Amino acid sequence: MVSTKHTLVSMVADRPGVLNRMASLFRRRGFNIESIAVGHSELPGISRMTIVVAGTAAMVEQVRKQVEKLVDVIKVSDVTGEGTITRELALIKVRATSANRSEIMQTVDIFRANIVDVSADSVTVEVTGDEQKITSLYRLLRGFGIKEIARTGVIAMTRGNVSSSLTEEKPARAKSDK
Amino acid sequence: MRMTGAEIICESLVKEGVEVIFGILGGAILPLYDTIPRYPKLRHVLVGHEQGAAHAAEGYARATGKVGVCMATSGPGATNLVTGLADAYLDSVPVVAITGQVTRALIGKDAFQEIDITGITLPVTKHNYLALEASSLAMTVKEAFYLARTGRPGPVLIDLPKDVQINQAEFKYPERVSLPGYKPTLQGHAAQIKKAANLIKESRRPVLIAGRGIIISGAYDELKRLAEKAQIPVITTLLGVSCFPESHALSYGWLGMHGMAYANLAVSDADLVVAIGMRFDDRATGRVSGFAPQARIIHIDIDPAEIGKNVRVDIPIVGDARVVLQALNKLVTTSKHADWLKQLDSWRKEHPSITIRDCEELLPQFVINKIHEVTGGEATIVTGVGQHQMWAAQHYWFDRPNSLITSGGLGTMGFELPAAMGAKIGCPDETVWCIAGDGGFQMTIQELGTIAREQVAVKIAIMNNGYLGMVRQWQDLFYEKRYFATPLNCPDFVKIAEAYGVPGMTVKSKQEVVPAIKKAMSEPGPFLINFMVKPEENVYPMIPPGAALSEIIEEPSKEVRSWSARNIP
Repeated sequence: MVSTKHTLVSMVADRPGVLNRMASLFRRRGFNIESIAVGHSELPGISRMTIVVAGTAAMVEQVRKQVEKLVDVIKVSDVTGEGTITRELALIKVRATSANRSEIMQTVDIFRANIVDVSADSVTVEVTGDEQKITSLYRLLRGFGIKEIARTGVIAMTRGNVSSSLTEEKPARAKSDK
Repeated sequence: MRMTGAEIICESLVKEGVEVIFGILGGAILPLYDTIPRYPKLRHVLVGHEQGAAHAAEGYARATGKVGVCMATSGPGATNLVTGLADAYLDSVPVVAITGQVTRALIGKDAFQEIDITGITLPVTKHNYLALEASSLAMTVKEAFYLARTGRPGPVLIDLPKDVQINQAEFKYPERVSLPGYKPTLQGHAAQIKKAANLIKESRRPVLIAGRGIIISGAYDELKRLAEKAQIPVITTLLGVSCFPESHALSYGWLGMHGMAYANLAVSDADLVVAIGMRFDDRATGRVSGFAPQARIIHIDIDPAEIGKNVRVDIPIVGDARVVLQALNKLVTTSKHADWLKQLDSWRKEHPSITIRDCEELLPQFVINKIHEVTGGEATIVTGVGQHQMWAAQHYWFDRPNSLITSGGLGTMGFELPAAMGAKIGCPDETVWCIAGDGGFQMTIQELGTIAREQVAVKIAIMNNGYLGMVRQWQDLFYEKRYFATPLNCPDFVKIAEAYGVPGMTVKSKQEVVPAIKKAMSEPGPFLINFMVKPEENVYPMIPPGAALSEIIEEPSKEVRSWSARNIP
């Protein structure tokens, strides 16, 4: 059984404690969350979570079924694979001098990343892409010296007509209790 | 109609058909308690400790099939409920717990008796609520009861800040819930059921393993029909005991660590296991890699997450046991399996497992056997956890549906007395025997006071061997008899019972057993018998920890002790 990274997309009720319920369940079942990204979905009162975990297919399927049992979780799908677009955003603050600033800019250009802030001894790069792209750019910039990095964690969406959202029915209750 | 939060809770409980609440009050739940007396339909039973309230609610729920209700105040009151909620969670028991909480403005400030009980109970409840608005209380109660009793039942907790109990809101009890994230599957998948029927038809050595799911869904008749139509032997789990009459020709006991040898051998040799409403607990399967090695497995369960969790499954069917069995019974063809049943019968003859040695000493097995005899098998048996639990499950023959109430998954010592109290309050016409160990009994002994005050006619039999017996057995077998911390200094239980207002007697010899049980039965109220049983009696048969079902050991011998050399997981 090979342990690989799995991307789970979950539609959850936007209620206090839902993130805690989710995180607590992964912890209890012995799963280490590699990244988690939460935000609003296209439906009011429903949030979309993207969770990346490592494990064998059977283990991840078991945890997916456990997550699905949470009352606040409306749907959860394992979208790992070819038909899925995954993106992450990173801000990388790189040590820069007047001597190497243009070299940094060239590297950033190759990756179609943007420089969003410049100061006397640093530049801040914004890069969007899949995990691999961000990791590659990070490795190249490491040569200049990295002061800070912030990554959003992966978000994912299936290509074409396949949907991880709630296509079958819209939940009647979508009011936040907050 | 405008009402206070406390009134809304009481109105909602009445709407849900609640008859009894087990609980203890305190500052943070006082507004609610001040309101309860105005609702005469709600009987409140003041217990001695909140753990007792949770177990009593469980006992009530397990005996009646209805939702049990317990209440406690904030802080320590709430945390004391946790063991009972965890017990209910692991055994799928419908319980609603209502806890008081500090006023909303104080939440998060470490106020007096403030504790994050929704955070604490997150992993041991099916769902929980921190109710922040009086206006949503009615829906919260409605949802809590709905979640507790439907699908795979379980405990639900509602945490209720003090000011929410006082605040006013419009009350209208909702007619239905809207929970888009909660839709239990009841109907099994038709194609899967068809496949299962075919597999049953092809099988030559099939067994049914029936769990508590049969009891929860009330699938007694459907199980019997399947067993009889296809002539499949029925083996139960410990929690499944009494889902199928044990005197039935197709009943072959229960499996697992202290189950019948023939049951374990049958599962080990089977070519098909049809598992219904059970979850392949490690105490039931033994070493998983050695579980039913030749069998294909059909697993019917209402909880999709149970399927494939512990053992590989060939045909998964998610659904309610009763609904699925009804569909399956239509497709199953009549079979004989005569050779297989003959084989099982010969195993049963060779490995009777459940025999009682003829000796002068007072054996606990003998006591259980006599309780069965005197009650004519008509009692509901409630046990705690340990040796007495195994002996009760082995030596009381259960023919009546849902007549064994025991703590399985969590294995909670001290479950027995409050659970028996709850069961008797829920089913006042039943004879309820609480079979206890001397260790566990002292963990919830304070409920003797509740039983005396409320005159709950529970009959209590303590198997007093002066040890934490099951642990002593493990020390005996696997730790070279180093009896550290297992010998007990038991008080005189009869004196304690009398002090609480429960009559009782001590029994030391075999001759006194039957008269004592008869005496207990003739008392109109509760009665306690302290049976001074043989101190170092072990439970057999036994599957050593980490062994396969087929490696069951039936008699005390060196063979068992040789396991101590192995690594016990």
